[in-house]
Amino acid sequence: MRVLFKTDYNQDVKFAKHSGYVFWYALLLAAVFLAPVALDTYWINELTRVLIYALAGLGLMVVTGFTGQVSLGHAAFMAIGAYTHAFLLTQGVPFIFSLPIAALTSGIVGLMIAIPASRMTGLYLTIASLAFAIVVEDLVIHWESVTGGNRGMVVDPPALFGYEIFEAWEYYYVVLVLLIISIALVLNILRSPLGRSMLAVRDSEISAQSLGIRVARTKVLAFLLSAMLTGLAGGLFAHFIQFLSPETFGILLSIQLLLMIVVGGLGTVHGAIFGAFLIGLLEALISILKDLLPPAIGTQPGLEPGLFGLILVLFIIFEPEGVYGRWVKFRTFLESFPFYRRNTFKRQRSYLKTERMR
Amino acid sequence: MAEFFQLLIIGLSQGCVYGLIAMGFVMIYKATEMVNFAQGDIMMVGTFVAFTFIVTWGFNFWLGLLAAMAVMAVFGFLVDAIVVRRIIGQPQFSIVILTISLGFIFRAVAGMIWGQAPLSLDTPFIGTSNMGGVVIGHDRLAIMGGTVVVVTLIFLFLRYSRWGIAMQAASQNQLAAFYVGIPVKLVYSGVWGLAAAISCVAGVLLAPITLIGPLNGFLGIKAFAAAVIGGFGSLPGALIGGLIIGIAEPFAAAYLPEVKNIIGYLIMFAVLMLRPEGLFATIYQKKV
Repeated sequence: MRVLFKTDYNQDVKFAKHSGYVFWYALLLAAVFLAPVALDTYWINELTRVLIYALAGLGLMVVTGFTGQVSLGHAAFMAIGAYTHAFLLTQGVPFIFSLPIAALTSGIVGLMIAIPASRMTGLYLTIASLAFAIVVEDLVIHWESVTGGNRGMVVDPPALFGYEIFEAWEYYYVVLVLLIISIALVLNILRSPLGRSMLAVRDSEISAQSLGIRVARTKVLAFLLSAMLTGLAGGLFAHFIQFLSPETFGILLSIQLLLMIVVGGLGTVHGAIFGAFLIGLLEALISILKDLLPPAIGTQPGLEPGLFGLILVLFIIFEPEGVYGRWVKFRTFLESFPFYRRNTFKRQRSYLKTERMR
Repeated sequence: MAEFFQLLIIGLSQGCVYGLIAMGFVMIYKATEMVNFAQGDIMMVGTFVAFTFIVTWGFNFWLGLLAAMAVMAVFGFLVDAIVVRRIIGQPQFSIVILTISLGFIFRAVAGMIWGQAPLSLDTPFIGTSNMGGVVIGHDRLAIMGGTVVVVTLIFLFLRYSRWGIAMQAASQNQLAAFYVGIPVKLVYSGVWGLAAAISCVAGVLLAPITLIGPLNGFLGIKAFAAAVIGGFGSLPGALIGGLIIGIAEPFAAAYLPEVKNIIGYLIMFAVLMLRPEGLFATIYQKKV
């Protein structure tokens, strides 16, 4: 068991708490950068998809995991990012500008949802995001001059400074670098006053307010950041799937994103990344399962969302900390062997008190 | 003028259904502080159960409806008692994620049992009446009449019956209700059962107009918008919010076809902008 001896206040906000962090994350970084050397195109593509999901999940994590506001409409932000990016590309805007503009557009739209919804407590943001996702889907279908409607839209391959990116491994690096930058950004925000107030709002709006945190402002900023990251992921996703159609960004994708962060581990950056990998794995498993099941069940269109729902229910009831939480428990068990106690991670329950005043 | 009333009737009847579903989850919200995102899917399951009783097993319509309501009441009760109760006291978002996932499970399972193809449920409300140039389908009249009956019964139940008063008490203060001897857990599950039975009625009334399919549960999202418009946590508000959305839809379809699918949500956003507490405010800033 490692005991940290703190000699400096700055140690509390350091990314690397001790040398173990430096070693393992350097190893991980080396592994992801060298991965294309060892893998063939199929696996590089799969990995790219997972990284894009991780980026979108990171966006959702900011608002759901860190600020405690469930968004059921993050697929819409992916859609906005993807369509804005693709449209700007057709207008001749270079990749390097169009991607940030897409992210920004998504963020601004997110603001427009969050500002009215965050004036109220409770679940308004959730309901507003759900309704918003439907509005966006409808808009994508009907705004044919920009989105191509139900016919869909072809996305050109990305070009960086006049160099067209066709190879899978080249695109993998683009996505990887952007993901790493985004993770660094989120980690940095988490140790800033904004990040701390997000966590405070999640844990208790009332105590956050009592401490002088502007709850509504925090929620809105979290939503802005979240929508931007997810919009960025959407822009990257557009190149990845190369063809956009409205049903790509349906409610199933929103649920998938939610599943990712819940299964991965709510409230941690690790959770978003773990979740993305797990969902990649899960998709493969489901396609295997479909072949094994009798055709009457295996070919049901509702099977996949149903399974997603089932997994979510099981995780929420039995392991709300997700896979990452399980790993933390396991690590603690090893580190403190033989003194591990189950109650270390016992969940606190609170009595239900009405939010409605009488 | 006749067209106006025609659209109004269509809107009113549609709105009644939204209102009934919205009342279902407002009831759950009021009692248990949980928002049940699966309410629309519970309605869908209820319609399928009624279909099984009435069409597959050949029950009389009214008998089948009552049987389906009873089944759905037990279903709602069990959903709370087996699944949802476990996460009482967990953060709010657990409940959101749990209920929306339950909705997806219901949808998948219903698709497996009853199939994806739309089914039609025959009701005794066939034919139309012509009133001064306005053609009113009897099925639409039945929706409006049924809503009035259900709402009156709920009102009487909550106001005068022992259980209704217990529900109100539990919804106002869980702990205090428990101290005075109300079986809070049972009451909560009872509320879920009641809400499920109400949405079953809504689904059956709607069945002649929209066919029955596993995707009908998405109607629940419109009911959410209705509840937000009415002010989350107010039963009359939920009904009126539902009516507003219901009436707006056919008028939008007639005069502004571009927004006919999303008009309800646009109204909801407008309400959130202008009067975020809803038309019938029951949520106030919590004081500590």
